[in-house]
Amino acid sequence: MRTAVRLTECVRETPSTVTLRFPYPASIDPGQFVMVWLPGDDELPMSVSYTDGPSKGVTIKAMGVTSRHVQSLVPGAWVGIRGPYGNRFDLSPRRILVVGGGSGAAVLAPAAEAAIRGGSTVTVALGATTAPELLFRDRFRSMGARVEVATDDGSEGTRGFVTAVADRLARAERFDALWTCGPEVMMQKVAAVGAEIHAPVFCAVERHMKCALGMCDACSLGPFHVCVDGPVFEAGRIVPLPEFARGHRDASGTMRAY
Amino acid sequence: MPGVADLAVRCAGVALRNPFLLASGIWGESGESLAGAWRAGAGGVITKSIGESARAGYPNPTVEAYDRWGMLNAMGLPNPGMDEYPREIAVARAAGATVIGSVFAGEADGFARLARRMAATGVSAIELNLSCPHAEGFGSEVGSDPTEVERIVRTVVGEVAVPVVAKITPNTADPAALAAAAERGGAAAVSAINTVRALAIDVRLRRPVLAHGLGGLSGPAIKPVGLACVWQIFRRVKIPVIGVGGIATARDALEYVMAGARAVEVGTAVAFDGIGVFGRLAAELSTLLDELGYRRLDDAVGAAHAGAGTPAEPI
Repeated sequence: MRTAVRLTECVRETPSTVTLRFPYPASIDPGQFVMVWLPGDDELPMSVSYTDGPSKGVTIKAMGVTSRHVQSLVPGAWVGIRGPYGNRFDLSPRRILVVGGGSGAAVLAPAAEAAIRGGSTVTVALGATTAPELLFRDRFRSMGARVEVATDDGSEGTRGFVTAVADRLARAERFDALWTCGPEVMMQKVAAVGAEIHAPVFCAVERHMKCALGMCDACSLGPFHVCVDGPVFEAGRIVPLPEFARGHRDASGTMRAY
Repeated sequence: MPGVADLAVRCAGVALRNPFLLASGIWGESGESLAGAWRAGAGGVITKSIGESARAGYPNPTVEAYDRWGMLNAMGLPNPGMDEYPREIAVARAAGATVIGSVFAGEADGFARLARRMAATGVSAIELNLSCPHAEGFGSEVGSDPTEVERIVRTVVGEVAVPVVAKITPNTADPAALAAAAERGGAAAVSAINTVRALAIDVRLRRPVLAHGLGGLSGPAIKPVGLACVWQIFRRVKIPVIGVGGIATARDALEYVMAGARAVEVGTAVAFDGIGVFGRLAAELSTLLDELGYRRLDDAVGAAHAGAGTPAEPI
């Protein structure tokens, strides 16, 4: 069942991402997602970027028509929410390296917050195309994480891929686990970094989603269904799949190359 | 503890290791998912309904889930199309799965073309989707008229060597008449029922929940409806009946068998209980048959008809 809620805040986080806040009392763990219905348009899976308390939030990047529609929403607009769905990040590792690319930081920020609250230390390698697109950089800093930045254009931090920053950090310090979310090619490289230092890597992945109940098969990834088996996977379970970082199924179930 | 009763059945000429088939539309978009359902213990797997070309289906919301008692959906027949789909079937067959290919079309010739291509993939049987309740020009729109059902089935049966199963809609006054028409057309079996036409409305948003508006109800809520259809169909035709609708426990399945089903399809229970439901259903059904004194599932087919109308001691 869905719950219709009114948006309380629409926060422009970066030029391409927006956070929607709404009252939703269900308990949500970092890593989980909700299905957000924009009446008259579509319903999309969205990472929950604010999981604590009665006011929840999702952060979404403008990609398809519907997520562009999200960008124009204003407080007071009605949306339908169902969930939360999916699994969560295991918060037990003591030293965590978080590697976020683009809007991937949406799901990583609440997880990092919860881990720090539980006494873990968190180091963040945060990447974006350009400085204004660095999502939640200040939020990561204010929660007490150390943040290192990479941008494609060199406008802030290291010029180039965030995976190079992650690789440098992983060789210099000890980490018990890596958490990553972003383009699959990036997560593939993060998995290699983790393998190098013998630390487990947990990837939050995205697929086209319809039922979110493990039934319709739209979000199948190899033998898994991202909606119920994920969205958080230990890298060793998904990175070796032939389709990982290469393709995904579209709304018809046809495999498409990235 | 699984019992010792024999669950293997032969239905529409297809040998099934147990009667629990993965219903069409569930987990059937990818070959690996079909293989997963087979490994989880399904007696056979039925593909998504495949059409001529790739079809995205309706926009979301496509489902409304209730508390275990039911689920409403209007997916809109999403599928990768018959050009792409054979590779998925190959993956499922490589895993050893017994695969039944489901197809949908708007008229007899379209069904025949697709059935021919589906048969060429090596499936054990073909199920004709004559019953999707929410796709314009397809499903129950072509499957509610007995004359049309007979014509479609006859055309397809003339084109393929594999057994043809007609999936019947409950959204009509006389589903058994549709089954009888399928039998006249040469169907090897009929499956019943598809989802029951249904609607959900959000009162705050003042609109239907599903993007398509109307959808189809599945899950435990429709079990009594499915049982009644299977019951009536069993009395009307000689070909085997495959029971579908709201099966979540072995007892549900046995109710369908006693109403006349030789095999059953399971769908919505996968959403509520996960794919492990197949292994559990098979184990529980053999135990239940032991308890009731049946050595083979086959012996229970239609058993309730003998007792209809006569007072009996409960077992």
